[in-house]
Amino acid sequence: MSLFDHLVIFPVLIPFFVAVTLLFPSLSNSLSRQRVLSITANVFLVVVAFSLLFKVEQQGIQVYALGDWSAPFGIVLVADLFSVLMVCLSAILGLSITLYASAGEDKTGAFFHPLIMFQLMGINGAFLTGDAFNLFVFFEVLLIASYSLMIHGGGKQRIQANIHYVFLNLIGSSLFLFALGTLYGTLGTLNFADMADRIPLLSNNELLIAKSGALLLLAVFGLKAAMLPLHFWLPKAYSTTSTPVAALFAIMTKVGIYSIWRVHGVMFGDQAGELANIALPWLWPIALLTIAVGTIAVLASQSLRVLCSNLVIVSVGTLLVTISLNTVQATSAGIYYLLHSTVACAAMFLLTGLIQQQRGQAEDRFVAARAMPQAGVLGFIFVLLAIGLIGMPPLSGFVGKALILQSVTKASEAMWVFPLILGGGLIALIALSRAGTSLFWRTSGENTSALKGHPIQYLAIGILVALLPLMVIFGGPVSDYTQLAAEQLKAGLSLQQLNEVAK
Amino acid sequence: MELVYAVCVGFMSACGIFLMLRGHTFTLVIGLTLLSYAVNLFLFASGGLTIGAPAVLNSSENYADPLPQALVLTAIVIGFAMTAFAVILAMRGRADLGSDHVDGIEPFDPLSEEKS
Repeated sequence: MSLFDHLVIFPVLIPFFVAVTLLFPSLSNSLSRQRVLSITANVFLVVVAFSLLFKVEQQGIQVYALGDWSAPFGIVLVADLFSVLMVCLSAILGLSITLYASAGEDKTGAFFHPLIMFQLMGINGAFLTGDAFNLFVFFEVLLIASYSLMIHGGGKQRIQANIHYVFLNLIGSSLFLFALGTLYGTLGTLNFADMADRIPLLSNNELLIAKSGALLLLAVFGLKAAMLPLHFWLPKAYSTTSTPVAALFAIMTKVGIYSIWRVHGVMFGDQAGELANIALPWLWPIALLTIAVGTIAVLASQSLRVLCSNLVIVSVGTLLVTISLNTVQATSAGIYYLLHSTVACAAMFLLTGLIQQQRGQAEDRFVAARAMPQAGVLGFIFVLLAIGLIGMPPLSGFVGKALILQSVTKASEAMWVFPLILGGGLIALIALSRAGTSLFWRTSGENTSALKGHPIQYLAIGILVALLPLMVIFGGPVSDYTQLAAEQLKAGLSLQQLNEVAK
Repeated sequence: MELVYAVCVGFMSACGIFLMLRGHTFTLVIGLTLLSYAVNLFLFASGGLTIGAPAVLNSSENYADPLPQALVLTAIVIGFAMTAFAVILAMRGRADLGSDHVDGIEPFDPLSEEKS
């Protein structure tokens, strides 16, 4: 067995070991050493994630049986095209956030770098796991890291937003366990592949119990993903926390979306017999309402960070639409849009940090203030990101939205999706133009005392911003990849196939 | 036995949810604790209730499902850590915000106005 065979578990193990190492004395008392190790580890993580991606692309799905116990008795990690793509995304995001924070944001409290590493471990684990209870464990790992990261640096507002965030998620975790207990009671297994095999075989009196378990899971994932009635925590949480953490949280809602895709799109999807697509009648109106409410909130936002948080909600709604369209085409478009929206929102959050820093007391609120010393550069990046977020050509937002609209085939669906997505784009255009105008042009005098952006912060934003045109230039290969990933996801994986791959 | 067990779990969840709806961090923590007790019992029962049976194969004819026991152990550990975090956060919130209401300030209560 070479080391290369263990590649699947590396995205979980590397952050874990680095996080523990960062806590040892010679590292824990020197921030500069922590930064070096943390950045190196993140670069390494990107390399590992991409080599895993190439491996999966060439050799097909990789299954890693922990302790060599075969499924369904042991826990397996499953790296398919979709999950490994998400791991790559989180690795890139982790790298740029660590770079950004290394310019000084990590000084505001203790243990910033170890917490980021634990957070990445949880996120990667949640993407790779092939077991429902293991998913719960990784959710908790990423949640407890996010609880502490959210109040990193302290302050009244953060504590207050954190109380809501923590207690809501604790209730969510309890519901998650109730759902798992219910499903285990009826299916007798928690392995995703095995569960998918057994769902069509349920007897009549078990159906209702399994259904309630599945819908409970929808509520739990919906809370993480901030879908409609459960989205109230998001704007406050994202807009009060520190800049790099807000950017990292851009992928946290996507973990919820990813899980809905896996569980309700595939496991309780087309092949689930009596329980086929039970979540869809709920998801469809919720998705549309999420876009509508998010768009209204975008229009009402009074500061750039709140606006950006509301754009996250709109993107969640758009992704939920692609899930509820329930075709390979829509799934493929959804995966493309997921990549784009995560990167664009994260970059916007990072940019907001720089704007806040240079505007002094006005921070990122849409009020007149003194001009920013680096307004030119910041303005240029702002325009690029705004184009991406609105979904105008030539950046990837346009391609993503075009793919989604193209995948809507039925007139009854198009009637709802087209106006909402296009109208949402128009309103984002209005809101972001207003934001840009008041941030960059409504100025009086120069703010000479403001702290200029550190080159490393620009590098961090640059990495993310560069991905947007790259996703258009390499649009062909990327959308081919998402197409394959969507086909693989929708085809599902039976226990037999899983064990064959594991051998 | 099943009935008593189910009633206990249900009653405990009901108490937990009632307490969580109070809107103060202290009752919220107590409510969460009750709910996590309830969920642990619930998970334990998800493999079916058996009395006097070992969770090891080949040691007797009749054996208990070992997986829920493992799940409950994990859930207890995680629940404990989360409750510890919630308690510290609640104390910090009480100190920083000056109120133990989850919103940081007591909402306006017309009844208490009338009394004073």
